[in-house]
Amino acid sequence: MSPSVPLQEMIRAIRSARTQCEERGVIQRECAAIRAQFRQVDNGGRSHNLAKLLYVHMLGYPAHFGQMECVRMIASPRYNEKRVGYLGAMMLLDEKQDASLLITNSIKNDLSHSNQYVQSLALCTLACMGSAEMCRDLAPEIDKLLRASNSYIKKKAALCAVHIVRKVHDLGELFAPAARSLLSEKNHGVLHGAVVLITQLCEQNPETLERFRKTVPDLVQIMKSLVISGYSPEHDVAGISDPFLQVRILRLLRILGRNNEAASDAMNDLLAQVATNTDSTKTVGNAVLYETVLTVLDIKSESGLRILAVNILGRFLLNNDRNIRYIAMTSLQKIVGTDHNAVQRHRGTIVDCLKDQDASVKRRALDLSLALVSASNIRSMMKELLIFLSSCPPELKAQAANGIFNAAERYAPSQRWHIDTILHVLTTAGGDVRDETVPNLIQLITNTSELHCYTVHKLYRALLTDISQQSLVQVACWCIGEYGDLLLRGECQETEPVQVSEDDVLDALETVLQSHMSSPATRGFALTATMKLSTRITDNVDRIRSTVSIYGSCIDVELQQRAVEYNALFKKYDHMRAAVLERMPVIEKNSPGHTNGESTGETVKEVKPAKVKQGEPVLPPQPANQVCDLLDLLGSSEEPLQPGPALGSTEPILPVSTAGSAGGDLLDLLGGLEPAPLTPAPSVTVYNKGGVTMTLRCEKQSDTGLLVTLTASNSTDSDISSFTLQAAVPKSVELHMKAPSGDSLPARGAANVTQMVVLNNPNKVNLKMRIRVSYTSQGSAVQDMVQVDSFPGH
Amino acid sequence: MIRFLLLFSRQGKLRLQKWFTPFTDREKKKVIRDMMAMVLARTPRSCNFLQWRDLKIVYKRYASLYFCTGLDDQDNELLVLEVLHRYVELLDKYFGNVCELDIIFNFEKAYFILDEFLMGGEVLETSKASVAVALEEADTLQETMEEYLNKPAY
Repeated sequence: MSPSVPLQEMIRAIRSARTQCEERGVIQRECAAIRAQFRQVDNGGRSHNLAKLLYVHMLGYPAHFGQMECVRMIASPRYNEKRVGYLGAMMLLDEKQDASLLITNSIKNDLSHSNQYVQSLALCTLACMGSAEMCRDLAPEIDKLLRASNSYIKKKAALCAVHIVRKVHDLGELFAPAARSLLSEKNHGVLHGAVVLITQLCEQNPETLERFRKTVPDLVQIMKSLVISGYSPEHDVAGISDPFLQVRILRLLRILGRNNEAASDAMNDLLAQVATNTDSTKTVGNAVLYETVLTVLDIKSESGLRILAVNILGRFLLNNDRNIRYIAMTSLQKIVGTDHNAVQRHRGTIVDCLKDQDASVKRRALDLSLALVSASNIRSMMKELLIFLSSCPPELKAQAANGIFNAAERYAPSQRWHIDTILHVLTTAGGDVRDETVPNLIQLITNTSELHCYTVHKLYRALLTDISQQSLVQVACWCIGEYGDLLLRGECQETEPVQVSEDDVLDALETVLQSHMSSPATRGFALTATMKLSTRITDNVDRIRSTVSIYGSCIDVELQQRAVEYNALFKKYDHMRAAVLERMPVIEKNSPGHTNGESTGETVKEVKPAKVKQGEPVLPPQPANQVCDLLDLLGSSEEPLQPGPALGSTEPILPVSTAGSAGGDLLDLLGGLEPAPLTPAPSVTVYNKGGVTMTLRCEKQSDTGLLVTLTASNSTDSDISSFTLQAAVPKSVELHMKAPSGDSLPARGAANVTQMVVLNNPNKVNLKMRIRVSYTSQGSAVQDMVQVDSFPGH
Repeated sequence: MIRFLLLFSRQGKLRLQKWFTPFTDREKKKVIRDMMAMVLARTPRSCNFLQWRDLKIVYKRYASLYFCTGLDDQDNELLVLEVLHRYVELLDKYFGNVCELDIIFNFEKAYFILDEFLMGGEVLETSKASVAVALEEADTLQETMEEYLNKPAY
């Protein structure tokens, strides 16, 4: 066939374009020319133009303007134009396009054309892109062609019928009789088409399946002749006679023999013959063997045949060819449920495949290995799986880790082994495990009380080596917190004891707290663990106190809250500390709903009875019902702070109150409930500098309590922003600052800022207050300090 | 059935695409992108089978071209390797020592050959000789028509 020169010239021009931009230019010019040509009346180069357009389409450029041209070309009487037109229809039109309906008539005419090649074009196009309506329209034509035409057309009509049946299931009935009669054809192409058609009909409709069971003897006969008969050069592929047809017949036999004793019996001999006689040195032979094995395993075959099939799969597993090993494992995966023992025999080879270089093979081997784990082989399998985990590709890590956990949970021979395995997984793949691993592991550890010493030693050592695996670090911190005394005792039966000093342990926990690798949840664990150690160790309690108080001003709200609460535990509730922080009881196995890694943290908090709400001047309306219960226990709502260092005690409050948005709103909401500072108590000016005036007013609340109101105003001409007050009082006086009403003072006294301070003076010392004022005015920051020595009305 | 057949070069240029089930243009582009990404990333001696969504992917490299197909779950992967090999043999017979350039410059003929071998995602003709004969006759018909109508070849 002579090449289309215009097409080739264009292709050459496009390929010689050096940049994407140049290429686009060439293509735009060509498309313009093609469009112009399309508009012209018939000329000789139509097929060339359409071919050019199809090339451009394949490069990814839009070519929808060629659709109508395709329709016109298909209707042309010339074969070369029809050929390209149909090709264009298959490439540019699909069943979703409206233009596809326009070619239905052309196809119909061409189906009854005198020339078989024209007929074949129509059949091919219909089988490729025929929509449901087109199929319905043309089905009778196809049926006619199935019966009365030459083999060239029959085979094409058969596959076209397959497409029709896929699109419109009801038409299956129409083609069933024709399909049956086609089985007696000699031509392999027609036979192949017939087998495919029957397979499709049987898959769709169980009644048709029943009817076609009668064909099993015929199929067996055809198959036998293929396998036994002499060399046929036309269909031979590496010694196998027509493997394509053989595989399709085997597939049809599988469908027909499924769940049917009689049919399965009829094919037993044949399957045995194929399984033993097929040459398995080349891929072709293996393809036939593979299909045979699948058929044997799916029908009701006798046990001898089944064993033969599994042995073939075992042989496949030992094959050098990776493809064969891959499909062997895929097939074994399918039968591992039913023929478990047979597959177990090949466990060694499967486990070896875990070490294969290829990712696909590795994946299959992992799936199969996890399915083969049982109580008897758990130790050896786990060894292999753990080796695999340390070197497996990252996309398989999560699956492997979870599989190992499940297997360990089901078949663990001893508690210690279980804990060891989980620790090993956490050290190698800690980042890929599910969240519920941490609470599950903690629950497991609390349950094995005799291994607490061993566990904590191991975890401590693991913590020293590596603190990047969050799950591991969390569990380690929890255990060190709980069982730190066992760690420090230094003796342990199960493992080599290590002399650990209290400083070492606290160092380790501090490293976790300060490391940038630790997630917020992990730091929470570490802080709680540090706190728990305060009751377990003897010497370094002060160190713990300072660590905990430092975190009282941490930016992370969760850590801050914990630290402040623990601080309170040290200061006000020291007598309860030992009881609060004693050993945890055995945790009940949580319901599957608890998947949050934080649930353990919450459990710990729930047990502590003295959950004191510190750091909030008023109660934020959280749904923390447990908090309310606990606070009722204590019988008071707001706890005044101890006067620590002046700035330190007020800092936790100020960030909250000057945060602005939500916190400010909450506090403002409740601000209205506070006693209004509108009592006619005498006010004194305590500060007057730079235009900023501050007055102080006192109010007696109780015998020892005093409410001080500070009011600030701005008499300058410019606004003042970020106005904050900090106060300090003598040591025995308790100070509690409420939220200020705002932090900006508009110019010329337009509005004031009010700050209320609650003082409690149980020892009735001489009351003094030092107030630090800081604000920004005209772009510069100002700070000043004033001391109030006498309080009016006190 | 075979869902699609793609031929692409090592540089990611598509040389042939045959879709046996309806895909939208967007889906087609996505499939092509994914196939190229997956197949071109494989090492030379790897397994020829992959899993992608719910399809089995079988690919084979011949010289500078990758032949990539997507199959249903039921299909026999080893047989599809043979199908790909048969197609290459047919191309080879037709073009005489086929190379990538032949397929680039005569892409429509590559399609015609494919249409004589596969139809509706299934193998149409299992005999190499029959396919070759059919192609020859169709080409003769095309030339005869052209000569008869006295239109020059170019």
